[in-house]
Amino acid sequence: MTPLVIVIIYLGLLLALGLVSSRFFRGTSRDFFVASHSIGPFLLLMSVFGTTMTAFALVGSTGKAYTNGIGVYGLMASSSGLVHAAVFFLIGIRLWAYGKKYGYVTQIQFFRDRFESNNLGYLLFPILVGLVIPYLLIGVVGAGKVIQPVTKGAFPSLFPHPKFAGGIPPWVTGLVICAVVLIYVFQGGSRGAAWANTFQTLVFMTMGVLAFVLIARQLGGAASATEAVLAKAPDHLAREGLITQRQFLSYLLIPLSVGMFPHLFQHWLTARSAKTFRLTVIAHPVFIMIVWVPTVLIGIWAVGHGIKAPPNAVLGATVARLVHNPIITGLVTAGILAAIMSSLDSQFLCLGTIFTNDVVLHRAGKGRYSDQQIILMARVFIIAVVAVTYGLAMLADKYEMPIFDLAIWSFSGYAALFPLVFAAVYWRRTTKAGAYASIIAAMAVWLYYFRASGWGGEYTVWGGVMPVALCFAAAAVALIVVSLATAPPSAATVEKFFPTAQKPEAAPSKAPVSA
Amino acid sequence: MQPDRGRAARWAVYAAALTLAVLHQDFWLWSDRHLVFGFMPIGLAYHALFSLAAATMWALAVKFAWPTELEAWADAADDVPRQSPVEP
Repeated sequence: MTPLVIVIIYLGLLLALGLVSSRFFRGTSRDFFVASHSIGPFLLLMSVFGTTMTAFALVGSTGKAYTNGIGVYGLMASSSGLVHAAVFFLIGIRLWAYGKKYGYVTQIQFFRDRFESNNLGYLLFPILVGLVIPYLLIGVVGAGKVIQPVTKGAFPSLFPHPKFAGGIPPWVTGLVICAVVLIYVFQGGSRGAAWANTFQTLVFMTMGVLAFVLIARQLGGAASATEAVLAKAPDHLAREGLITQRQFLSYLLIPLSVGMFPHLFQHWLTARSAKTFRLTVIAHPVFIMIVWVPTVLIGIWAVGHGIKAPPNAVLGATVARLVHNPIITGLVTAGILAAIMSSLDSQFLCLGTIFTNDVVLHRAGKGRYSDQQIILMARVFIIAVVAVTYGLAMLADKYEMPIFDLAIWSFSGYAALFPLVFAAVYWRRTTKAGAYASIIAAMAVWLYYFRASGWGGEYTVWGGVMPVALCFAAAAVALIVVSLATAPPSAATVEKFFPTAQKPEAAPSKAPVSA
Repeated sequence: MQPDRGRAARWAVYAAALTLAVLHQDFWLWSDRHLVFGFMPIGLAYHALFSLAAATMWALAVKFAWPTELEAWADAADDVPRQSPVEP
């Protein structure tokens, strides 16, 4: 029961944080969606880091190291440290500037203006929403898988089914997690999410390091723990035989997905100023290292010490078997939930934001609804998204769908759209037709390989190349060829989005937007 | 910072990022199982160091290649019409 009590206290603290953040809510839609551009450097760093880490950070990294060895760090962590920061520096600051100047709240608003097309928004909307769904499933399903073994035997009369062994079943955990996230997002909007993310990031970083120190101590020290791996599973200390060089190289494209994550775009827009990004750009690679090095080591130590568990349960199983302390088990469980929930909140909020702004308000026109009505619409859509996610998560859990592989497919889809955002901010010659061609090519190739993988399984081509490489190449080639073959964008649009090229002091004129 | 110096610094950042991307592919350590400090596999230690190198590179980028003109442009001319349907 002790671990469950600690988790309940943690969830209670999150709700309290939501309540406090609601006292700062200014009652406007801009405050609900982008916190009135008021978030400072520390909160931006923590919220962006917490949002990008997901359940992968603690559970996935340990599980993948358990199956694939130390190469997982280079595959996912050090590559993200380089590429994520590059995207924040090269793309994030520019999008923040456009958002600040022209009042954008969503990516789609930016793309509609940049490519002078309303319909581009309607093409992008289902793609952005569809790709975020698997990402949401990781959270809800992952939370259920963490809580059930920790509470095993605590409620034998309440949950007598042998599958749950008296522990809390995933459907209850999913319901509670979704409800808590909904409450604090409703109370504080994007400010509430940023505050909660900061608290959650501190929790999961601390708990990851704590688990590492305690496990190392129980194994007789870090050196002794690794010696056991050298004796029993030496292949896990290198990459040969576990990861191919082509896979390692093509994985470098996957972190580009952060450039097209709609929830990250929204976090960028909450920044008080461009300078706010500086801490995020510098500290992000270090934060990834602080979380991933300990968890990757725990993963290989688990192999060396014969711990048998499904990959996603390795961290929990190792803590339970080696630490024998219900308080520590509770704290680590709270840390895992923190990593999960710090992504869920931003994703829920962003889906409500893009539906309200890019579909409802875009069609209804400016001034049709009051701020209170706009916020209500966003909240109703968020509830609908949460309900759909919850239903899909229960199905995914029932049929044992490979959620971590699904997440890689989600990241691959967003990464395939990266040429679009990169060209939108750096290549003035990019045209509307080029943008359409790039999106269609990216999604066509992505769908082809997604189907070939059996709708979400692990899949590579040409001896280890990740499909993201082909999706990305198709999108980039289509964008360049079609843009060069079609008429350039209007002078007004070029002047509006490339201010340093000519007259940055001039007030940009609004380009006519056509279908 | 002078515009020319800013441009040069930005190109230096692109070159440094590209160099790091190449260094990320450490095929020379692919099958190396040596331990550093007695517990850290060398392939993991290399990539942990790589994370620190990336942070250092981005710190230098922030100091010498920060797009100050972009920030000034975004903050200037508040009379620009807002595109968003939500309140400004």
